Amino acid sequence: MSTKLSVEHVYKVFGAHPKRALERIERGEGKDTIFAETGMTVGVSDASFEVQEGEIFVVMGLSGSGKSTLVRMLNRLIEPTAGAIRIDGRDITRMTRRQLIELRRREISMVFQSFALMPHQTVLENTAFGLNVAGTSSSEREKRALDALDAVGLKANADSFPDELSGGMKQRVGLARALAVDPGILLMDEAFSALDPLIRTEMQDELLRLQAEQSRTVVFITHDLDEAMRVGDRIAIMEAGEVVQVGTPEEIVREPANDYVRSFFRGVDVTHVFTAADIARRDQITVIERVGVSLRAALSRLQEHDRPVAVVHDRERRYQGMVSVESLTERIDALGRREEGAIEEAFVPGVEPVAADRPLTEIMTQVAECPWPVPVVDEHGRYCGTISRATLLHTLNRTEASAA
Amino acid sequence: MIGFSADTASFWQSLQERFVIDLKIGEGFTALVDFMREHFGLLFDAVAATISFVADNLTLFFNYLPAPVVFGVLAALALWRVGWRFALFVLAALYVIMSMDLWPASMDTLGLVIAATLAALGVGLPTGIIMAKSDTLQAIVRPVLDFMQTLPAFVYLIPAVIFFGTGRVPGTIATVVFAMPPCVRMMNLGIRQVPVENVEAGRAFGCNGAQLLFKVELPLALPSIMAGINQTIMLALSMVVIASMIGAGGLGDPVLAGIQQLRLGIGFEGGLGVVILAIILDRLTQSFGQRNKRGAGLLTRLKTFFSRNGKADAT
Repeated sequence: MSTKLSVEHVYKVFGAHPKRALERIERGEGKDTIFAETGMTVGVSDASFEVQEGEIFVVMGLSGSGKSTLVRMLNRLIEPTAGAIRIDGRDITRMTRRQLIELRRREISMVFQSFALMPHQTVLENTAFGLNVAGTSSSEREKRALDALDAVGLKANADSFPDELSGGMKQRVGLARALAVDPGILLMDEAFSALDPLIRTEMQDELLRLQAEQSRTVVFITHDLDEAMRVGDRIAIMEAGEVVQVGTPEEIVREPANDYVRSFFRGVDVTHVFTAADIARRDQITVIERVGVSLRAALSRLQEHDRPVAVVHDRERRYQGMVSVESLTERIDALGRREEGAIEEAFVPGVEPVAADRPLTEIMTQVAECPWPVPVVDEHGRYCGTISRATLLHTLNRTEASAA
Repeated sequence: MIGFSADTASFWQSLQERFVIDLKIGEGFTALVDFMREHFGLLFDAVAATISFVADNLTLFFNYLPAPVVFGVLAALALWRVGWRFALFVLAALYVIMSMDLWPASMDTLGLVIAATLAALGVGLPTGIIMAKSDTLQAIVRPVLDFMQTLPAFVYLIPAVIFFGTGRVPGTIATVVFAMPPCVRMMNLGIRQVPVENVEAGRAFGCNGAQLLFKVELPLALPSIMAGINQTIMLALSMVVIASMIGAGGLGDPVLAGIQQLRLGIGFEGGLGVVILAIILDRLTQSFGQRNKRGAGLLTRLKTFFSRNGKADAT
C-alpha cells in the first residue's frame, strides 16, 4: 500500500494575526493562554498523519476538537496556517487557485453532514453537479451520474427533488454526487451523523459495501466511537486541536494513549471490536506437534505438564482436534496392551474451532457453553490459540475497568 | 413662575445665539447640485436620453397594444402562475379600469413602472451581489440605502427637476432612486443567507467564482431576490403616482387633479386604478419567487382535476 495523503505538522489559527499565534505556540504557550491574551483560536495544532491508498481513515473527536477544520484543510476549504498536506506527493498548500480548482474537480470530493444538496435541482442534476462544474459534456455527465445513483440504489429517484426524499436517501444522493466525479480521495464530514441510528447503520454498511467493490481512500469524520470502530481501518483521535493517537481500532481499545481516549470507551460495547484472534492465547495448553504420536505418550505429556487438555495439530499447524486426560485414559483402557490406537479416536467431542476474524460478540455463547477452551483457527485452518471462559471474562472485565 | 420661565427662555435664546452657527446645509446642497449640473451636464443628458428612450417606448408600446391583447396576456399569466380565480379577478379588474376610462393612463403608468424597475434592477442587483461579497462595501452601502429609503419621496423630485426638468424622465429617475433599495438589500441578504454547507459544497466540487454565484448562490437566494424585485415594483408604482406632480403622467394625474380641485370621485378612480395595477403586479411577481414545484403548476393542476381520486399521481 502506498501513501495517498500525508498531513505534516499542520496548524490552523483563526484570528487576525495567525503568524503571531504560531510564534507563541513555538514558545510553548497553550491554546487557552493564546486565546485569553490575543483572542485568536488555535483550531488545529501540529497535526501529522498518513492515509494509505484504499483505506478508510477515521478522524474522531468531540465537537470543537478541530476535526471539521482538519478535514476542510484537506481540500483547502479552510487555508492551513502552516504545514504541508501532500496528495500523491504534491503539496496542495502550495497550489495556485487554478490547480486547486482542478484538484477539487478531479481528485478529491466531499460529503457533508447536512447533505448540502441544491434544492432547485433534481437528484440527477445534483449528482452531476461536480461533473457539470468541471465542464463534462451533458451526455457523459448524465451517464456517469446515473451510474453513481445506481451504485447507491437511487436510480429510480433520478427525477425527484431533494425535498421529496428522506434523510437517508438525501445522503445517498450526497454520496453519489461525490462518487460521480470518481475521486481518488473521498472526504466525509460527519456524513451520517444527522441520520437516525438505524439508517446510520444502513449507510455505514452501504459505505463498506461500496468500499469492497472499488476501494477508495476515505477520510471519515465522526464523533461517534461505534461508527469509527465499524467503518475505520485506522482511527485518529483528536483532542483540543491535536491528534492524540493514531491506530487501528484494536490498538486504540487495547492501549488508549490517555484518559481522553479512554473516556470514549465509557459505556461502549467493545466486544465487536475484538476478534477471536485478538484474545486467543497460545500458552494455555500443551500442544502435541504431530499426528501419529501415541496415545500413551500424549497422556504422559499432559500429566507431566499437569494440564487437563491439549490441542492436536499437524506439521503444518493445521488444527486437528482436542484431547483431554479423561478421553485419553478412556481410550487407552479400551485398547489392548499391545495396541497403538490412533489419536483421532481420543478427540473430545463437541469442540468446534472458531474462525480468527469473528468478533467477540459472535463467539461469546460458544465459549461460555463449551466445557473446554475453544480453539481458534485462521482462514487456512491453522491453529492460532484458544479462548477459555477465563480469558473471555478477563477481557470483558478489562474493558469495563478501562471504561470506569 | 412666569418670570422664571421667561428668564430660562431668554437664557436658552442667548446660548443658542452664541453657540449655534448656521452650517448652511441647504445652501451647500444647492451649491453641490449646481456644481454637478455644470460639470456633469453631458452625463445627465446621456442618462436622460437612455431613460427617456426606454420609458417612452415602453409606454408607447403598452398604449399601442390593443386592450384585448393586454387582457389576454395578463389573464394567461395569472392562470399559469397563480390560478383560475386570480385569472378571473384580473379580467374583472381590467374591465373596471376600462369602465373608469383610465386605460391610457394605466398603460402609461405600467410602462413607467416597468422602465423604472428595469433601471433599478440593472443597478441594484449587481450592487447587491458585490455588497454580499464584501463586508466593507456593505458597511458603506447600507447607510446610503437607509438614506434613500427614509428621505421623503417628495424630496427626490426637487433635484430630479433641477437636473432633468419636468416630465417623464425626471419622474422615472426619481422613481428609480426611490425603488432601488429593496432589491439591493434583498439580493445582499439572500446571498448571505445561503447555507454555509451549500457554498462549501460548491467550492469543494471545484466551482470558480462565477460558477459559485450562478450555480449555487443565485439559485438558492432566488426567493429573497424575487421578494426584493416584488418590493421594488411596488415602490416604483407608488412613486410613479407621486411623480405625476412633476409631470410624469399616468394614473397619478387623476389623483393629483382630485387633490388640487377637491374632486373626490376622480381622485378615487385614479387611486382604485393604482390599487388594481398593484395587486396584479404583486401577485404575478410573487408567484415567480416561489419555486416551481410540482403541484403548483398548471399541468399538475389539470392532472389533479382529471385524475379519478383527485390526487396528482406524480407526487
